[in-house]
Amino acid sequence: MTTPSDDDLEPPVDPLEPEYVELVRPYVITNGRDVSDTSRFELITLVTAADDTQRKAHLDPEKRELVTLCEGGYLSVAEIAGHLKLPVGIVKVLLVDLVENGLILTRRPIPPAQLADIQVLQEVLDGLQARFG
Amino acid sequence: MVSRPVSDDTVHLNEKVQIAAKILVVGHFAVGKTTFIGTMSEIPPLRTEETMTQAGESVDDLKGIKGKTTTTVAMDFGRLTLTDRLVLYLFGTPGQQRFVQVWEDMSRGALGALVLVDPQRLKESFAVMDLVEKYGIPYAIAVNHFDGTPVRSDEELREALDLLPETPVVTCDARDTKSSANALMVLVRYLQSRTRKE
Repeated sequence: MTTPSDDDLEPPVDPLEPEYVELVRPYVITNGRDVSDTSRFELITLVTAADDTQRKAHLDPEKRELVTLCEGGYLSVAEIAGHLKLPVGIVKVLLVDLVENGLILTRRPIPPAQLADIQVLQEVLDGLQARFG
Repeated sequence: MVSRPVSDDTVHLNEKVQIAAKILVVGHFAVGKTTFIGTMSEIPPLRTEETMTQAGESVDDLKGIKGKTTTTVAMDFGRLTLTDRLVLYLFGTPGQQRFVQVWEDMSRGALGALVLVDPQRLKESFAVMDLVEKYGIPYAIAVNHFDGTPVRSDEELREALDLLPETPVVTCDARDTKSSANALMVLVRYLQSRTRKE
């Protein structure tokens, strides 16, 4: 009786794979997670690291880097993407996990209806005037 | 509990900041969006990338991806802390029609848009104006005025861009802080007047 050689157990090589891998590489760090549950994060959602970040030692390098970046205070999702040089979509996926694990806290953006609020506009105008007027 | 460093931190926001607001700075390629954002931003402008995947597009088709297209769009943005509790983000948004997916993300929650136009290349602004109108983003026009550029009359410009009578038009120099801040103030005053009417 012969045992199959290791070679026989190898999956067939997909001729498309090299290109495919290169294109989707960033998604590997999201562990294949779908991006559909990232809608709670907008470009200007503000996030910060939780006070207890001891557990971050066990995280993937990208997540650890994200938590470290946020330890100094609040940053927007867009800024995190900019500093880490990762696509916004990837950062949102990482954030979903980190918020679930309690390592990242968010300050929700004001809903659009309230954003148009005359008070916010007045505050923006006053702030611009005070600084540059 | 680890205490957070307060001094010398130019990366993070003031801890008291509660509200993040967003204004788009839009316009065609090389009109001065990045210059404008760099002029106004308190941090060195950052760049983010969005990867878009579309099915069945023939443009930019990538070999072997079975009809799927991926395009990377870069956006530059800056930050301006205006009060203890309010931070304003300025996002430079490309005006090409094929970047509509990015527009959905960018326009969500935006107060309004400043449309930068080059008086000598007005035609190139048509695509971006279609987009702001499509997404219902209230906007003001900022004519980025470079030295030696012949200034068009307001009427000429309004007619060329087919503007509503209430749409503000302001001249600005994207390299100058005061001038750029003034353009933002014109936009915000216009947004206020619209909110009052509603």
